Amino acid sequence: MDFMLSKEHEMARALFKEFAEKEVKPLAQEVDETEVFPRGTVEKMAKLGFLGIPVPKEYGGQGCDPLTYAMCVEELSKVCGTTGVIVSAHTSLCCDPIMTFGTEEQKQKYLVPLAKGEKLGAFGLTEPGAGTDAQGQQTKAVLDGDEWVLNGSKCFITNGKEADVYVIFAITGTVEKRGRMQKEISAFIVEKGTPGFTFGTKEKKMGIRGSSTYELIFTDCRIPKDNMLGQQGKGFNIAMHTLDGGRIGIASQALGLAEGALENTIAYVKERKQFGRAIGAFQNTQFQLADMATKVEAAQLLVYKAAMAKATQKVYSVEAAKAKLYAAEVAMEVTTKAVQLHGGYGYIREYDVERMMRDAKITEIYEGTSEVQRMVISGALLK
Amino acid sequence: MNLEEYKGVYVFAQQVDNEISSIAFELLGKAKDLAKDLNTDVTAVLIGSGVKGLADQLAEYGADKVIVVDDPELKDYRTEPYAHALASVINKYKPEIMLVGATAIGRDLGPRVSARVATGLTADCTVLEIGDFPLQAVPGQEQLHNQLLMTRPAFGGNTIATIACPYNRPQMATVRAGVMQKITPIKGAKANVEEFNPGFTPDNKYVEILDIVKAVTNTVDIMDAKILVSGGRGVGSPENFKILEDLAEVLGGTVSCSRAVVDSGWKPKDLQVGQTGKTVRPNVYFAIGISGAIQHVAGMEESDIIIAINKDADAPIFDVADYGVVGDLNKIVPKLTEALKAEIAAAK
Amino acid sequence: MKIVVCVKQVPDTAGGVKFNPDGTLDRGAMLTIMNPDDKAGLEAALRLKDQYGAEVTVVTMGLPKAEEVLREAMAMGADKGVLVTDRVLGGADTWATSTTLAGAIRNLEYDLIITGRQAIDGDTAQVGPQISEHLNIPVISYAQDIKIEGDSVVVERQYEDRYHVVKAKMPCLITALSELNEPRYMTPGGIFDAYKQEITVWGRADLKDVDDSNLGLKGSPTKIAKASDKVRKGAGEKVSLDPDESVSYIVDKLKVKHVI
Repeated sequence: MDFMLSKEHEMARALFKEFAEKEVKPLAQEVDETEVFPRGTVEKMAKLGFLGIPVPKEYGGQGCDPLTYAMCVEELSKVCGTTGVIVSAHTSLCCDPIMTFGTEEQKQKYLVPLAKGEKLGAFGLTEPGAGTDAQGQQTKAVLDGDEWVLNGSKCFITNGKEADVYVIFAITGTVEKRGRMQKEISAFIVEKGTPGFTFGTKEKKMGIRGSSTYELIFTDCRIPKDNMLGQQGKGFNIAMHTLDGGRIGIASQALGLAEGALENTIAYVKERKQFGRAIGAFQNTQFQLADMATKVEAAQLLVYKAAMAKATQKVYSVEAAKAKLYAAEVAMEVTTKAVQLHGGYGYIREYDVERMMRDAKITEIYEGTSEVQRMVISGALLK
Repeated sequence: MNLEEYKGVYVFAQQVDNEISSIAFELLGKAKDLAKDLNTDVTAVLIGSGVKGLADQLAEYGADKVIVVDDPELKDYRTEPYAHALASVINKYKPEIMLVGATAIGRDLGPRVSARVATGLTADCTVLEIGDFPLQAVPGQEQLHNQLLMTRPAFGGNTIATIACPYNRPQMATVRAGVMQKITPIKGAKANVEEFNPGFTPDNKYVEILDIVKAVTNTVDIMDAKILVSGGRGVGSPENFKILEDLAEVLGGTVSCSRAVVDSGWKPKDLQVGQTGKTVRPNVYFAIGISGAIQHVAGMEESDIIIAINKDADAPIFDVADYGVVGDLNKIVPKLTEALKAEIAAAK
Repeated sequence: MKIVVCVKQVPDTAGGVKFNPDGTLDRGAMLTIMNPDDKAGLEAALRLKDQYGAEVTVVTMGLPKAEEVLREAMAMGADKGVLVTDRVLGGADTWATSTTLAGAIRNLEYDLIITGRQAIDGDTAQVGPQISEHLNIPVISYAQDIKIEGDSVVVERQYEDRYHVVKAKMPCLITALSELNEPRYMTPGGIFDAYKQEITVWGRADLKDVDDSNLGLKGSPTKIAKASDKVRKGAGEKVSLDPDESVSYIVDKLKVKHVI
């Protein structure tokens, strides 16, 4: 048992941190304020390989492990939750399923440009009536000759209008399971610009406001037969497997937000004076910080453990669920306390903790709410 | 090396386009103090092409003797012929102290020459004095007297170190511009002028100057400014920044501002000092009508000298100011500008 | 073309500065980075490599921990790393440091040597020019632009109010300004590859044509008499005077501090 990061990982962290401080942090406030997708930052990250960190080199990636990727999302999210989720959704939800379930042709055609950052990826599972209940899908795909014809819509899609490649789930039929008829779900790769594939409204959100969240609409959208990802009817498994990885990304985002808020608060309480003393000199402040720091570190250990599990284990659903559940709740708690310790300044947009608290909330909701994580964890306990 | 052979305080009298640089006069001012303590005299080393006529000026600023190395190879500054000239002077005349300005020329020439004559060089000194090494007597170690003690900031100003060069000669230092005081020139003063030419034979180390491009001064980035005159909401209006601009102009400084001023649309964002603006560390920072919110202070507290003018005696800016003046900026700033104009005119 | 780049691992001055009892720096106790001017020098070398093709060897002198900056340089794209480390080299001033580095570089082939103008710990700007003197090659300090023309380099050499366009035959040493360029970032994959490569480690015995009397603390002509932390600024004076007195107060302070 060794809790020391390797030198390589330490240096990778230093790289992500430097990039985040220099390239991402200066834009964070503006990105939030204007709700404009940080295209320039994405291009810079693409050049440095940040959009293909866990993808093998032969597919245009960096060939690093999931831990390195998690640290990237963590460091980006320390200064900008929006930038963190852009990388997470692209990598975990689009690159990863194509890497895992794609054919060699699909990998060459889609994974290589995605990993190089020439293209951006997104993932469409959620529908207005199918959130936690992913089986409640309405989008349908019907085979017509050499093409699948998609009809339906997806909502709350991260990287929505900015992506080029989408992993989309749709009903391709019904199957009988234990005497009951169930929907058969399959996964597809859909390219932006395919006729019949359009965008609905852009969501106005509480946090991660620079991320492009859109409704995707499919109206007789015809895609080649070869664009089915994995086997027909295996879509639900693909989605669940993908979300296991995605949760490690979101857990890393939550961890970064909590760390960023803690760092900001430590700096602030040293400088801010009340009653003639720095507020850091008051025991209430000290005890609050101690609790925050302890929880942040506990979250980090869970996140890193889940990332390591992804590298070494075939199944890591429980590790990922625990990491996401805990990191998200810590993010919410720590950012809220950070705002409180900032007092009135914490409530105004000049100070980063205000944004971090808004950004943190979504980590308890997307890619499986905290309640879903508890279902996954307890399900394994009571199996 | 017989250290006793080395006598006198020498100054490299930098000239550019056959005009003596201000740093040379500053060094002569300091050299005079040092020479007095050592009971010796001051020699200026003037290197260039057609520069002999400049010797009198050096005399007026305190040189007892001027050694002129005049050669066509020395027309524009190039490392090798200048290093050859200065190193030859050192080898021939054996000075105990050799001062060079810490300029773009001096910081290239100094190290090259020190390596050639095999002595130490202390860079960017801000204080020079004569004293003992070690500073306090240490049992078992001889305490040397009449040493040049060279004090300099390091680590971006986080530390101060005092350096000696006890066993090698000359004791060489480059000296930061603008720190040492020139003497009031003595009109008609004459120095003993001696010409010396060590001979210049171009070799691989003589580089070729293809072009000389003189810079056009453009607007100064506040992060590069040596003097910042910074205004806050207390200035009252965009028009009233004029009085700050006047003050900045007299001092050769630049105007900057607080966040409140940018938010009010009085000044552009690139002039904003503070956490969400720029971090500055000028030699002098005037905080005028700035309350000193924590986010502003974070961007300027590293300034060498902070002077605050604010009518609120409890303003937090006074917690970081070296010199705080409680009062009405509208009355003080214009008068300050006038007073400084008069001072600067008198000094010329 | 073969390019040698000298880099230094320096304390990150933002992290505070610590001293040994003898007044020398306690480098082990501080966070470290690659010196910014050196990084610009490395970037310049890597751009020459991209443009003309070159083998870039990075040399550093320091504690064994200084290996990190070599790995970083290789993760940016340098080809080889040489670490010069030995107890007898410790406590060196610029003279002893430049002597050591010159002794190491004599073992290498080079057309161009690039160093940073100055390190943020010492701020001396002396080691580059002194190396060139020891190696008897031309130096061009303060480079703001570097081009190769046949067997020569053409460099824009910066001064306060102008720049010279200077041409020198290679081999030649150039000192780089951090304004020269924006150094590239490492890549994540590059980092993991860099740690798989071998680094050359040289000690005192590997230095060529160097005398012991010119090395380390003993071989340093300059000696630290005193070193101290600068006291963090607190509140200074505060006066409440009439406007005319206020003006003379400020003018006096500016005079005392030699601002005017």
